[in-house]
Amino acid sequence: MTEGLMIFAKFDWHQIGEIISTPDNIPMVLLMILIPYFTWYALKQARENDRLIAQLEADPEMAKTHHRKRFPMEKKWEPTVLVWPHLLKIEFLAAICVMVFLIVWSVAFNAPLEEPANPNLTMNPSKAPWYFLGLQEMLVYFDPWIAGVVMPTVIIIGLMAIPYCDVNPLGNGYYTWNQRKYAITTFFFGFHVLWILMVLIGVFIRGPGWMWFWPGQTWDHHRMIYETNRNLNDILGLEGAVWAALVGIIAIGLYTVVTAFIIHKLYMKYKGDLYARMNLLQYGTMQVLLIMMISLPVKIFLRLALRVKYVMVTPWFNI
Amino acid sequence: MADSQDKTNSSEEPQEGIPDIKSQIDKTVDHLKNPKDGSLWKSVIRHKLDEKPRNRTLAVLTNVFLHLHPARVNRDAVRFAFTWGMGGITFFLFIVLTLTGIYLMFYYHPSKGQAFQDILFLTHDVPFGNILRNMHRWAAHAMVLTTWIHMFRVFMTGSYKKPREFNWCVGVLLLVLTSLLSFTGYLLTDDQLGFWAVTVGTNMARATPGLGHEGPFGPELGFTAYNDVRFALLGGSIVDANALLRAYIWHCIAIPVIASILMIVHFWRVRKDGGISGPAPMMLKSEAQL
Repeated sequence: MTEGLMIFAKFDWHQIGEIISTPDNIPMVLLMILIPYFTWYALKQARENDRLIAQLEADPEMAKTHHRKRFPMEKKWEPTVLVWPHLLKIEFLAAICVMVFLIVWSVAFNAPLEEPANPNLTMNPSKAPWYFLGLQEMLVYFDPWIAGVVMPTVIIIGLMAIPYCDVNPLGNGYYTWNQRKYAITTFFFGFHVLWILMVLIGVFIRGPGWMWFWPGQTWDHHRMIYETNRNLNDILGLEGAVWAALVGIIAIGLYTVVTAFIIHKLYMKYKGDLYARMNLLQYGTMQVLLIMMISLPVKIFLRLALRVKYVMVTPWFNI
Repeated sequence: MADSQDKTNSSEEPQEGIPDIKSQIDKTVDHLKNPKDGSLWKSVIRHKLDEKPRNRTLAVLTNVFLHLHPARVNRDAVRFAFTWGMGGITFFLFIVLTLTGIYLMFYYHPSKGQAFQDILFLTHDVPFGNILRNMHRWAAHAMVLTTWIHMFRVFMTGSYKKPREFNWCVGVLLLVLTSLLSFTGYLLTDDQLGFWAVTVGTNMARATPGLGHEGPFGPELGFTAYNDVRFALLGGSIVDANALLRAYIWHCIAIPVIASILMIVHFWRVRKDGGISGPAPMMLKSEAQL
């Protein structure tokens, strides 16, 4: 407890300033403003639309005549406008604003340039560009072949699979929360939690040696952390190569079956109508992607709370 | 020959139908005062400029840079609240990056040792070199950010739904290419920051299953540090001169070409899939055949 309070007493503002004022971290400041802002803005518009949707659902007569947007519409107005000037002036203004912003940014801050590349002098912390720090953070919990290769591939394929797995016809072309709760929750989990949050941890929390430094803690290059992470089979007291693999197969199999079962039950209970619209390939793809997505926080929990190094150990790869 | 003709012309009375020199001069001055009536102007701007719907339509349709747009759009589709302008800003940043990038290329040699010197030269000696390098760097970061926010907006408005599924996939590829463009540019300064970021990044490739010498089943399939996928990316087993050249070519030529082709498809499909998705009239649950 006192140790916790001491952190506040020794709050290192200088360290925070140093991290934020690193030139390449300016985009992070932008990100921390823009992502919450646009999230709020999207949800605000979604709530306004939902209110109108509820009104229209309750009043079929109104639904027949209403133009179905929350923007005002009058009969005498034309439904379309000319691109020149109505769209092009916006594009022109946007271009000018971006240009002004870029010029100010470029005058105020110099692009970073360190010493010449030197293979004999390792940078510590040695960080990837900020947009890949989510993946680098995953290296703590997974081997490189998962964090660096499998995960990016699954993210790309998973994103591309979204339109083909989301069979909900509602919410096409307008902001809504009520009509797409499940899709939006899943996306927020993937985008905000597993991507943006991991990037922010990678930028602000991870210091020398990729160790965890709370905001305000000084990045101590001599800090040592002794952690004894053990493989799952060793924790269970089952030793030997065969057990190492077997325990892993059982644990991962069990996780897959249980998660798939829970997802299936929940989906049937709340999204039975959507299930009826899906074929097995769509449903299977969705299940696989969800199981993989949930496995990230599960492994993070196993590592941080139970000090599990690998769940499965084989001569060729470890998970 | 010309002289004798001049003489004959000047010695005679002006012929009927042939104007004298004064009226010719007046006419020329008249044209110069009203260039919009001249053939030069008309050959470039092929329509009148009165503020009539027809001319405003032609202004968009006859201009190669604007013809990406339709002549008219839905009245609500121009609302900034709906699109946040993020796709357009991303494209604008791509143009800014192309132009500043071309400028930087004039002063840059992708060779070890020289590259770092060139950056110093750019920063301190080249006219506007520092500000254009800064702008290239910051626009690149901004572009990564705007692609993310663009994707977020497209998701939140459900714009990937039928009939725009395929265009979402093209967008995902462009999102990946944007990161790769930025990442390949990281190495080009040939400083500690770029060197170690790329070292960390490409070390992942060692671990590619079946293709990297430290990945699952990689060694079993005969991969070593000298023939695996990381070797192919770097043109060697370490980040060195070949890696710099490869990053340069990926960064300046290969990825921009691929991304440009995908952008053409992306914008084309926006039009062919019926313009931007909304704000569309809202659908009620009672109407969807669920």
